[in-house]
Amino acid sequence: MKQSIYTWLDERLHFHKIKEVVDKKDVPIHKHTIWYYLGGMTLFLFIVQFVTGMLLLFYYRPSAEEAFESVQYIMNEVYFGWLIRSIHSWAANVLVAVVVLHMISVFFMQAYRKPRELTWMSGVILLFITLGFGFTGYLLPWNQLAYFATAVGTEMAGSVPFIGQWILEFLRGGPDITGATLNRFFAIHVWILPAAFFLFVILHLYQVQLHGMSIPPNIESKGSMKFYPDFLMRDAVGWLIAIGILAALAALFPWELGEKADPFAPAPPGIKPEWYFMFMFQALKVLPATIGPIAGDVLGVVVFSIGALLLVLIPLFDKKAEHGQSNPTLKWIGIIVIIFIIAMTIWGELD
Amino acid sequence: MNRRKFTDWLLRIASIPVAASIIYPIIRFFQPPETAEGTATTVEAATVDELAVDEYKIFRFGARPGILLRVSEDDYRAFAATCTHLDCIVQYRDDKRMIWCACHNGLFDLSGRNVSGPPPRPLEEYQTNVVGDKIYVTRT
Repeated sequence: MKQSIYTWLDERLHFHKIKEVVDKKDVPIHKHTIWYYLGGMTLFLFIVQFVTGMLLLFYYRPSAEEAFESVQYIMNEVYFGWLIRSIHSWAANVLVAVVVLHMISVFFMQAYRKPRELTWMSGVILLFITLGFGFTGYLLPWNQLAYFATAVGTEMAGSVPFIGQWILEFLRGGPDITGATLNRFFAIHVWILPAAFFLFVILHLYQVQLHGMSIPPNIESKGSMKFYPDFLMRDAVGWLIAIGILAALAALFPWELGEKADPFAPAPPGIKPEWYFMFMFQALKVLPATIGPIAGDVLGVVVFSIGALLLVLIPLFDKKAEHGQSNPTLKWIGIIVIIFIIAMTIWGELD
Repeated sequence: MNRRKFTDWLLRIASIPVAASIIYPIIRFFQPPETAEGTATTVEAATVDELAVDEYKIFRFGARPGILLRVSEDDYRAFAATCTHLDCIVQYRDDKRMIWCACHNGLFDLSGRNVSGPPPRPLEEYQTNVVGDKIYVTRT
């Protein structure tokens, strides 16, 4: 019976071809193999976000009048609502950290070199999409902190030369943060970004499948293991631990809701963005009002935008990696950037 | 049973509570919590000058609608306004002097009894009290 159902489906869906591909997939073993698990962990955390996000949609109401109350309702009334929302919030933060680590490991292993340039580029775009999820999701509970953090964040986007004002009004749905902003952020958070995410994640995974895992230059591989079941099982152990950690975090530290946003109240002290935006926030804060003829914040935003573009294009200008050589200059630039980001983040959090 | 098989079984059995601890909260989450039913058993339904004789009003009784009729000068009657057939909201027909449900032509008399059409049960009756110029409705 089981066999005949399988045969029936296989004749139509060609499972055996998928099986052939999976059977052929190997994961190289060497001293940096552990970093390969970060990709799978990222994907898993995204699935957690999709599942919990879909659940939250059953109760969340995207309007200035009701958003805060509906999240309050989820936290206080809905069965396991506190768990689902806290996991969504915690996983979002863990996800950003894991995505960044994933990127850093790929950077230092120079895994972006030919023929994997597009894997890197789609990956960096997925990082930006992840940050977009974080930025738009932060506002959705419509509380004081998020309200003013969004005011600051969108104001920064407004500093982009030429198109800044347009971006600002596009994001806010007008000159100010109102219920219209909430609607837009909601639409971006639950439709536009997930659609973009799917597009790029398919591109990303297709290439990972096509080219296999990259072995860093100058590293000797000590053989390989089968992706299925050996690697996937190890992946699964990590996912199980991740679920356990998320559930524990949600139970011990349920995500706070704070006070409902009031557009006519003065901003409370302690307004700050999510930690992963802190380095930009802090850098723009400490820049002088004008640098030469240019406004300080405009210059800051321009520098960050160019930095983001360069990050995407790394594979194109690392010519050494293409020939399988390490690139100490680029490595040191990477280390300096990471130190700068960490230092700015700590400074901002302590400030 | 060797060690490998034993671990294998252990893993399989352990996967059941793990799956259950993920799936159970999700299933429960879908179930809407009972709405705050409104513990009040008495509400102010209308004021005396709001209703002339032979007029009616739909009022809120907690989360549910109620219907208040003024049958004569000092005779007010109140019922649950939810039709016992398929949950439409009923209305008062002064031409018939009956409570009528427009959805499937159900009729209730002025005591809330189902007299014709599909409704299977009478409407739940409430007590009315006039205090000053306010009409209070009480659920018993």
